[in-house]
Amino acid sequence: MVTPKVQVENLRLSYGPKEVIHGISFHIEPNEILGIIGPAQSGKTSLLRCINRTIEFTTNTRQTGTIRVDGEDVSQMRDVYALRRKVGMVAPLPVGLPLSIYDNVAFAPRNAGVRQRAALDEIVERCLRQAALWDEVKDRLDSLGTKLSGGQQQRLTIARALSHSPQILCLDEFSIAIDPVTTMRIEDVLKELKKEMTIILVTNLVQQARRLAARTMFLWNGEIVEIGPTSEVFSDNPKDRRTYDYVNGIFG
Amino acid sequence: MISSRSKLSLYGEKAIEWLIRICGVSAIIFVFAIFFFLFREGAPILREPGFNLWRFLTSTEWYPTSMSNVRYGTFALIAGTLSVTGVAMLIAVPFGLGAAVFVSEFCTGKLRESLKVIIELLAAIPSIVWGFIGLTVMNPLIQTVFHVQVGLNVLNAALLLALMSIPVMVSIGEDALKAVPDSYREGALALGATRWQVIYRILLPAAKNGLLAAVLLGVGRAVGETMAVLMATGHAVNVPHSIFDSVRTLTATIAAELGEASQGSPHYRVLFLIGILLFTLTFIVNLVADLVVRGINRK
Ligand SMILES: Nc1ncnc2c1ncn2[C@@H]1O[C@H](COP(=O)(O)OP(=O)(O)OP(=O)(O)O)[C@@H](O)[C@H]1O
Ligand SMILES: [Mg+2]
Repeated sequence: MVTPKVQVENLRLSYGPKEVIHGISFHIEPNEILGIIGPAQSGKTSLLRCINRTIEFTTNTRQTGTIRVDGEDVSQMRDVYALRRKVGMVAPLPVGLPLSIYDNVAFAPRNAGVRQRAALDEIVERCLRQAALWDEVKDRLDSLGTKLSGGQQQRLTIARALSHSPQILCLDEFSIAIDPVTTMRIEDVLKELKKEMTIILVTNLVQQARRLAARTMFLWNGEIVEIGPTSEVFSDNPKDRRTYDYVNGIFG
Repeated sequence: MISSRSKLSLYGEKAIEWLIRICGVSAIIFVFAIFFFLFREGAPILREPGFNLWRFLTSTEWYPTSMSNVRYGTFALIAGTLSVTGVAMLIAVPFGLGAAVFVSEFCTGKLRESLKVIIELLAAIPSIVWGFIGLTVMNPLIQTVFHVQVGLNVLNAALLLALMSIPVMVSIGEDALKAVPDSYREGALALGATRWQVIYRILLPAAKNGLLAAVLLGVGRAVGETMAVLMATGHAVNVPHSIFDSVRTLTATIAAELGEASQGSPHYRVLFLIGILLFTLTFIVNLVADLVVRGINRK
């Protein structure tokens, strides 16, 4: 059996006294798209932030259990920066850096030591194309990224996450500010990207998980209700009754 | 009842508005009043027959009380002020901004709070005390460390000025860095940037206006400082050739000589002209900085 790309074992997480993830275990296989669905506050974002250790930006958290990426315990990794380059993250609220559009995308490659203009140009164009943003901004790459519209900024965040060629791409509700047509274009890109990377897709649109994910996980109140092949989770008789209710919008 | 109350509050609001307006206008009036005063006292010398503005600015001969041949050349004094301020800034800017980055980005909790208190204490030391330190501590120290004859020189005064302006730079610079939203830091760190990369690629550019203001306040403090430099420069009219030469600054000259110059005399007027010169100098520094900031912003 191949080593799982990501292996989570008995993960618990609390913010201060409040435990929000209650000991969950699952794994993700290489080049898989795993969909994560679940109502608000169920811990989806927190889970992603544990994987690339951006959870460390929040003080007062406590985490137990292990997360392995390529078999390596992330908490033991000396070079957290390398981990974060390996595990790209697209946050639900776009975080524009105060840089030009070009520099936003070139930021990570430059940090990694890419200096030649031609190489940077190539990366910037490729990533902006993959994020379905290139056509809209190709004539004003020098203007500030923070001046783009909300949806454009979100796509810029996607382009930025792709710019350091992550092996694992975490998308946290990437489409909340993006129109349906553009969302479809990005979804097509994700299907392509699956060949190169592993994708974790957190989404509020259950149908999006259904369209893209090989397997889907239903997270509820910090616990995994069900994880399995998408076809099964979305079938008329999933393992757990609550899954059926949530997927079909009957959930209270 | 209700209407009379709301009427009252309307008047109150008007009154406050006027009060604020008066405060704002008065600031402008004060600046002009100061300039007018300097000009009224200093300008008459320009029409005096023996006075030559070009000589005033370029001659190194400052003999304001000579009986036989009075000469008012301020070049050496300008050189003194610029050299002391320049060296002070070479020391203070890297240390001040570095400390600001350290306090803002690398310190948390107790360490941060205590550092800030210490820095504020440093800012509260009166300049005459710095002068004492220059005279009694730095002077012998510079003599023994660098094997020079006199320890009262450019280096001594510049070190003092650096120590005096660093606290201002640190607190203003730290405010500027703290004003950069955390989302920038986290966004950049999430892309795998190291802390150092976040600082020089994101934070410093984002905070550049505030940091420049910090540096400017430091420069202002250094140019205007009088007492400490009077005691630490050696107070010798001299165009310095190295940091171990004694100099005299514009401010110290005014402080030392204004008391003895009889009001209305040419000497008295020339000292006021030096005041105008100082005013112009700081104005130019501010203007240049302003243009630089605009240039950066347009880019
Ligand atoms: N920085 C924080 N400090 C304290 N509590 C937090 C913090 N971030 C999240 N939480 C809490 O953790 C729980 C899970 O939040 P999380 O954001 O992971 O949920 P989510 O599934 O991503 O929700 P949503 O669908 O609304 O994005 C919530 O109860 C939330 O209040
Ligand atoms: Mg979330």
